[in-house]
Amino acid sequence: MTTRPLPRGTGAMRRTTGLFILLALLCLPWADIAVHTLAPGRELGRLAQGLLWPQWPTTRTLADAIASTLAFAFQGVALGAIAGFGLALLYRRRAVRWLAASLRAVHELFWALLFIQLFGLSALAGVLAIAVPYAGIFAKVYGELLEETDPAPRQALPANAGRLSSLMFTTLPQAWPNLAAYTRYRLECGIRSSAVLGFIGLPTLGYHLESLLRQGFYAEAAPFFYALLILIATQHRWCRGWMIPAMLLAALWWLPPVAPVNGALIWQFLTHDIVPAPLRSGMDALPWFMDLWQGQLWPGLINTLVLAMLSLVVMGLLGVMLFPTVSRLFGNRWTRGLSHGVLVILRSLPEYLLAFIALILLGPSMLPAIIALGLHNGAIIAHLIGQYSNTLVLRDDAARGLNRYFFEVLPRQFRLFLAFSLYRFETVIRETAILGMLGIPTLGFFIDSAFAEFRFDRAVMLLVASAVLNIAVDSFARRIRQRLHLQHKVQVC
Amino acid sequence: MTGFRLQQAALTVGGQAVLHDLDITIRPGERVALLGESGAGKTTLLRALREQQPNCIAWCPQQPGLVPVLSVFHNLYMGRLDQYATAYNLLNLIRPTPARRREVTALANRLGLGDQLWKPVEQLSGGQQSRINLGRALYQQRSIFIGDEPVSAIDERQGADLLALVCDLHETVVLALHNVDQALAHCNRIIGIRDGRVAFDSPSDQLTSADIKPLYPSDAS
Repeated sequence: MTTRPLPRGTGAMRRTTGLFILLALLCLPWADIAVHTLAPGRELGRLAQGLLWPQWPTTRTLADAIASTLAFAFQGVALGAIAGFGLALLYRRRAVRWLAASLRAVHELFWALLFIQLFGLSALAGVLAIAVPYAGIFAKVYGELLEETDPAPRQALPANAGRLSSLMFTTLPQAWPNLAAYTRYRLECGIRSSAVLGFIGLPTLGYHLESLLRQGFYAEAAPFFYALLILIATQHRWCRGWMIPAMLLAALWWLPPVAPVNGALIWQFLTHDIVPAPLRSGMDALPWFMDLWQGQLWPGLINTLVLAMLSLVVMGLLGVMLFPTVSRLFGNRWTRGLSHGVLVILRSLPEYLLAFIALILLGPSMLPAIIALGLHNGAIIAHLIGQYSNTLVLRDDAARGLNRYFFEVLPRQFRLFLAFSLYRFETVIRETAILGMLGIPTLGFFIDSAFAEFRFDRAVMLLVASAVLNIAVDSFARRIRQRLHLQHKVQVC
Repeated sequence: MTGFRLQQAALTVGGQAVLHDLDITIRPGERVALLGESGAGKTTLLRALREQQPNCIAWCPQQPGLVPVLSVFHNLYMGRLDQYATAYNLLNLIRPTPARRREVTALANRLGLGDQLWKPVEQLSGGQQSRINLGRALYQQRSIFIGDEPVSAIDERQGADLLALVCDLHETVVLALHNVDQALAHCNRIIGIRDGRVAFDSPSDQLTSADIKPLYPSDAS
């Protein structure tokens, strides 16, 4: 019998959890979590009624929206995968890692705002908006997958076998199943991203959802809602094998990624519009920057952090509370089935859409954003932990019910829970910034307003700030994971 | 307190019959040892006995099934989860009550784990974990003890001491053992299992090593 060399784990885990909860409580006084609508219950009733009795649009409208959603997703993910693979081959270089980190630190909606300035509301803008951040994500994940392959076959090759042959004969075949699985999974995220791009004007499902929900036409919005749900929830069934290249070709035919390119305009945007105003006119830069800092950067950063901390804790609580409902260690077939259904819906719908709906019901405050982020991410955590808990083997005389949950299962799953939650931290921060575009004064709110006012220099400055925040949070979360020896790998968007 | 009774029973694992024609009656007060090669079906038989009255039995399985991140205290306390209200259990999970703390400390001292009481069990050795597993069964304070190789990971002297303790604290004891000397020393009845059947079932003082030897044909050479 051997003693397993294990870290000073449990105390540190408890302290970290306590610290996060404490931070969230300290954030509470700064958070605006009021309900601003007069009758949220009545509005919810109307929404439910609309969902139960949908009003069908013309088949053409619905089919167009579905086709465009898929077209943006497939082209964006494909382009992102190709570019990401190229970067992954050079992932050992620090510069490439930094490039990839900054590409993925900016949310696809922000990229879309930028590319719309350059290429108008065109197919190219939408495809690039997905492809660019995804390239950063693919670069990281592909890079790690390639690195994890067994080096022995590579070393066994003849000394002067070229790098390309070495890649094609040893590294790539080993990593292929993982690369393919991850890319397929990423397509699901691509469909979500593509739908969300509709909220800023691209012709996807989100476009119709935005305009119909905003006007309170819930019954008319319902079909688009269901279409999105079904697309995402069934994606892993139809999106496989030869369907993928076929869909990609169809996507290129349906929505050729072209745009009216106006060289002069792009040149002006890059060399003039985004250059900070004082640099352009030779004024003193400090007052300009202080104005931006006090009016937008600082409040935006604080609100983003406050909202993210609260959402993270709500996510954790929901995850911990919901995972037993899908675990085979609890309940029966019916309760698990029902719970699975609810979690699939919450996981499939993008946070942005959930927040948009919650905002209509509750009015503009942080509350809808917390609910949306908490529900979506909490459902993901609950699903993952629930799956893992099915592999636990308990003693014949193990306790049942709450005793089983608190003594047998939760302690065993806590390490995993913490690892997953920390992985979600970066996603939550990214999404928090973006929810600003719905009117919550996080960084995204100020970025969106800057674009609306054509003050691109400010917009870019704020974008850089949000990217830096993402990178900082990511490395902070990674450091905690290392400190707590949480090595579980999860890649979920 | 009733004993156990198996009549013309066949026990299966995953659809495959492991034991046939079992006729075993165990009366209160008996100390029974099951002997046989590994894979003979001792664990299956113990499971079947436990299922006859699961709520009266202190259960000590071969795989301890401890919760790695919880402390020694909590893993011992878990023996009584079904005897207290859930709220009281949760209180003890967060902040052990003085009464339980005293009891469990005394038990841990008896097991030689007094210094480790607040350590997560994942930091302890296999032998120590095995003692905690036994301790959890003792903490249940039942009249019947069923143990599957309860001391096989513990050194012989301490193992003998703990087996004596088990026999002291329980009216009826059923053990699967691979150490024949321990079986003869602590039990008054031995059931030998071979080829899926009961090979012999007799008081321990009437057995000789010649009776026991055929149970372990792979040692024959």
